[in-house]
Amino acid sequence: MNKIFEVPLYPYTRSADQDAVTPAHHRVVIVGAGPVGLAAAIDLAQQGIEALVVDENDKVSFGSRAICFAKRTIEIADRLGCGTPLVDKGVQWNIGKVFFDDRKVYDFNLLPEDGHKRPAFINLQQYYFEDYLVKRAREIEAAGAPLELRGGNKVTAVSDRGDHVDLQIDTPEGPYTITADYIIACDGAASPIRSMMGLDFVGRVFEDNFLIADVIMEADFPTERWFWFDPPFNKGQSALLHKQPDGVWRIDLQLGWDIDKAEEKKPENVIPRLKAMLGDDVEFSLEWVSIYTFQCRRMERFRHNRVIFAGDSAHQVSPFGARGANSGLQDTDNLAWKLKLVLEGRAPEALLDSYDAERVHGADENILNSSRSTDFITPKSAISRIFRDAVLDLSEHHAFARPLVNSGRLSMPCTYDGSPLNSPDALASGPARTRPGSPCPDVALGNAFLLDGLGDRFTLLTVNAEAPDSLTEGGIDVARLALTSKDDATGALAARYLGDAPAAVYLIRPDQHVAARFPDYDEDAIRAAIRRATGQEMH
Amino acid sequence: MTADLILTPNMDRPDDIYADLLAAHEGLSKDDSDALNARLILILMNHIGQRSVLAQALAAARAPTGS
Repeated sequence: MNKIFEVPLYPYTRSADQDAVTPAHHRVVIVGAGPVGLAAAIDLAQQGIEALVVDENDKVSFGSRAICFAKRTIEIADRLGCGTPLVDKGVQWNIGKVFFDDRKVYDFNLLPEDGHKRPAFINLQQYYFEDYLVKRAREIEAAGAPLELRGGNKVTAVSDRGDHVDLQIDTPEGPYTITADYIIACDGAASPIRSMMGLDFVGRVFEDNFLIADVIMEADFPTERWFWFDPPFNKGQSALLHKQPDGVWRIDLQLGWDIDKAEEKKPENVIPRLKAMLGDDVEFSLEWVSIYTFQCRRMERFRHNRVIFAGDSAHQVSPFGARGANSGLQDTDNLAWKLKLVLEGRAPEALLDSYDAERVHGADENILNSSRSTDFITPKSAISRIFRDAVLDLSEHHAFARPLVNSGRLSMPCTYDGSPLNSPDALASGPARTRPGSPCPDVALGNAFLLDGLGDRFTLLTVNAEAPDSLTEGGIDVARLALTSKDDATGALAARYLGDAPAAVYLIRPDQHVAARFPDYDEDAIRAAIRRATGQEMH
Repeated sequence: MTADLILTPNMDRPDDIYADLLAAHEGLSKDDSDALNARLILILMNHIGQRSVLAQALAAARAPTGS
């Protein structure tokens, strides 16, 4: 039994705020110390913005929960200073196999592209992910970053006063009040903050139950994602087997709608199901069992003046595609730099509305993909089941049908097409994948990597182009990163950033998304692009 | 350049082709026939390939008398 989720990592201690005569003020209060809240706190605090995290609990999450972390998430963790422990501990995988009834119909390879520092995916229990984030938070706190983590602190009321927010917090030693410039609500799908504010969270309910089990076993299953449609051991339903670190395997079994959840969760009912799947001779023990249902839904808006929602509190998807925690990390990646500029008075508050625009777009993309996966996995009508089964039958023999098989479209970072922060694409012959709004793809540069060189500030990336080493516009400092095609002998830099163009100049945001690109250094155009990317100039 | 769905006669030997379709279903149960039809639709959709043409075909199939 893994003890990591039994140790209090941030136990309640009395804060001076509780004895303050007038409520203490904080810049940003983050509610919820899950992956999203912790990432937000680290991102802000290591850039000098005071961040206080409050959570009613004091431990990492119980059970494995989110287990698939995408490359973009690891790249964000790199920027936060904790990508390496995630990758060192995580299980890397590339192969997925799809089974239908009693036979394998096809397999796929994620075929990770060369020249990236990080793998396409790692599997890692959410509690490890949180544990590494807590360790990183402690590390920067010890180095003087303005970050504080308060366990045993439950927010019971929030009042937006226009220019600040009041928070009532309950503790084992009674309640106290603080004020904040902004609140980031990272308090999960059942968000108490959202309920306190009476905000809607509407979408589509899927009438289905899934049994999720973490099983410890010494088995010779390969490090692959195995997905079954209608297997003999779970007729008419689906199943998933995926490996995690420490010899833990994630098993998902679809159960259908009309079940007795309490009954199904009992080990005497779970174990026979697992034996039917794994075979009688496999020795295993249960680490964690849960039954979940899911919904695909989002808030209408993620920003409500000084209360900003991020992660599951703002949007929820089915687990197929690993789009929950991964999209939550993209939320904070998008939000932290904007909040920093606004709090420092270097960008107007309207910049925060672009968080809403960009991440609502991201959530809609995730909800669309996840709903389609769910409709394939659980056909909602007789005819959709006939077509689903026809696709699976054909996929065994004909390559054309394989792209239609949908056991989860795995999380890819969102491209912010149409964002108000983008400048029109001035590099028409450049690659589509690096058009304005795109997350920068990594490139190996000798022993270093491009993304590590971008860091968390505005960067002017020049490839085969001249430009000044730095410039400042509207209070925003931009440093140049000068590269030439010769910096990457493999040609990946040219393929990803030049396309057919001989040279290019990119304005890159602190979250490593492209804001604008040009064929050469055009000072006026670049200054305008900086103003637009920071909300200082609207279209 | 988007192609138009062909709704004028385009089969080289219509009677034979129609007979082939019925022959493919001969002796099949209703479930097996439904499955065959589904596979056939998917195969033909792939052959056509273009979403715009398929969208016209779906619209024509939903409203066989035309709009």
